[in-house]
Amino acid sequence: MEKIFIHPESLYDVPTHYCPGCGHGIVHRLIAEVVDELGIREKTIGVAPVGCAVVAYDYWKFDCSEAAHGRALAVATGIKRVRPKNIVFTYQGDGDLAAIGTAETIHAANRGENLTVIFINNAVYGMTGGQMAPTTLLGQKTSTSVEGREKEKHGYPLKISEMLASLPGVYYIERVSLQSPLEVLKAKRAIKQAFENQINNLGFSLVEVLSPCPTYWGQTPKEALDWIRLVMQKEFPLGKIK
Amino acid sequence: MSNKKILISGNEAIAQGAIGAGCNFYAGYPITPQNEIIAYMAKHMVNSGGVFIQAESELAAINMVYGASAAGARSMTSSSSPGISLKQEGISYIAGSQLPAVIVNIMRGGPGLGNIAPAQSDYFQATRGGGHGDYYLIVLAPGSVQEAYDLTQTSFDLADKYRIPVMILGDGILGQMMEPVRLSTKINKVSHQKSWALSGCLGRKPNIVKSFFLREGALEEFNISLQKNYEIIRKKEARYEGLFLSDAKVILVAYGTMARIAKSAISQLRSIGKKIGLIRPISLWPFPQAPFNVKNKKLKYLVIEMSSGQMVEDVRLAVCGRQQIEFLGRSGGGVPSEEEIINKIKKIL
Amino acid sequence: MAKIIINQDRCKGCLLCVSFCPKGLIKKSAKLNKKGLNFVEFDLKQECIGCMQCAIMCPDCCIEVYK
Repeated sequence: MEKIFIHPESLYDVPTHYCPGCGHGIVHRLIAEVVDELGIREKTIGVAPVGCAVVAYDYWKFDCSEAAHGRALAVATGIKRVRPKNIVFTYQGDGDLAAIGTAETIHAANRGENLTVIFINNAVYGMTGGQMAPTTLLGQKTSTSVEGREKEKHGYPLKISEMLASLPGVYYIERVSLQSPLEVLKAKRAIKQAFENQINNLGFSLVEVLSPCPTYWGQTPKEALDWIRLVMQKEFPLGKIK
Repeated sequence: MSNKKILISGNEAIAQGAIGAGCNFYAGYPITPQNEIIAYMAKHMVNSGGVFIQAESELAAINMVYGASAAGARSMTSSSSPGISLKQEGISYIAGSQLPAVIVNIMRGGPGLGNIAPAQSDYFQATRGGGHGDYYLIVLAPGSVQEAYDLTQTSFDLADKYRIPVMILGDGILGQMMEPVRLSTKINKVSHQKSWALSGCLGRKPNIVKSFFLREGALEEFNISLQKNYEIIRKKEARYEGLFLSDAKVILVAYGTMARIAKSAISQLRSIGKKIGLIRPISLWPFPQAPFNVKNKKLKYLVIEMSSGQMVEDVRLAVCGRQQIEFLGRSGGGVPSEEEIINKIKKIL
Repeated sequence: MAKIIINQDRCKGCLLCVSFCPKGLIKKSAKLNKKGLNFVEFDLKQECIGCMQCAIMCPDCCIEVYK
């Protein structure tokens, strides 16, 4: 018998600090698999967010930089402009990319920076204890939307991917989810596309991944994936946005 | 040094100094009174093969500098007081990640939106870290357009040598005034290949640029190593100019543009036999302690600043109670004149 | 014929593999691992088809698949 599921070289074989059933573990692996398959490990530079994945650089076996909360796309712009032949990507949560980092996100996209962005949307702020995110759904209870998100007080869930799609500098945006093995494989395909676009100098490419946070959704890991499929995807439809 | 001199403004001298020093990345945002820097970089960076970006904000610019420096570039940003406030988070990260970078602050009146007149009221911000955490920047204060050019070049070397952010602290007068500058002919063979930089992990273990140390005791260990670096810098990189220190009865202490005005006052007073001297700190951090280490108890100091009194605290620390210290300052864009200085000295003498 | 090997000490007991195995071959253990979590078990006598859905879903790379 031969091993048919290979642990990617670009991922250190170590236990992670993520909660049971957290989507980060899956996406970290998908990125590592894509980097391996494209043969770019020694050219890749990742920019980690502030959030649960703040120590993503401890899991990936390639050059990485930290960034201040929200500033990953500004940091990545600096790196890529100075090292255009390297493959530079950011990995950001909903607060990082669509709250505190909104200006950096919009302007990196508007400048058409040749970057790959992996946007982990789990509709909540995990690391700091389950506060409302820009993408929290109406009615969703979090520690700062105690009665549930209300449009009068909190506004609507922010569709940053749809907003970015309106910018001519953006080349590719796709929304995927992790709610089943088939969807995970589709997510991997989209991530691979986003990296290939950079290799081919095609421009700003973003993959939004609807990812489970069982801990702060108050659900089991399987319930969390079902919630993505039955509820979250209605607000954030899957598919190619641009 | 070439024989050719060109007539340029302080702001342009800083920009030209940076390009000559091998600066290959600049990101900035317009703010008065330093817009000539960003305009000069926009025009000339491309010719020298570097990257110019007008960022969407001062805080995006400092984070782009963080990225470029992490990737091994000689990077710079410039702004004026309110914009420097915006950059403080990024500067703290640059210091905490031990990245080299040059930050130019052409000071204006504050606090808040203030005005666009020259000021020296960001001394505390510059010399006490400015952002959060236990760190320092090297802070250099040019007093002429030539010095603005020269010190900008030096700042890149210091930043690389010590892996520390370096600030050029000027003011609105220095930025706008025009003086002849002799350009350096030294061809700067600068390496953008740094062993710790992010360049892709071909042939080596991956590098990580970060300032996050969660493991118990790790951040303290790191801070101790930072402080050791600062101690070396304190010993080796303090700079000042001293005038007439051997016979002075009153020593003026001023930096940047203020020192030029002080020199005019000294000139006038010396011509009528008054023994006045000057200590002009050129490095504000590390603050030059040595010239203040004097035993003569009858000596008096007059600290003159375009602020309500910030450097005067460092003078008090350096003097350590040995001598009397007086202060003259104007704030909110006010500039002490020679007359005001002379009148004050006459009261002290 | 195929099989899986589970790294039981690294397993966090999220049970996604249990949900997604099309033949229901993976079971939650009654025992606890070193982390104090109920890990999952696979009886090697079973007929795994090597579809890899368990490994695809595992957030912690705990599952090796052989065919």
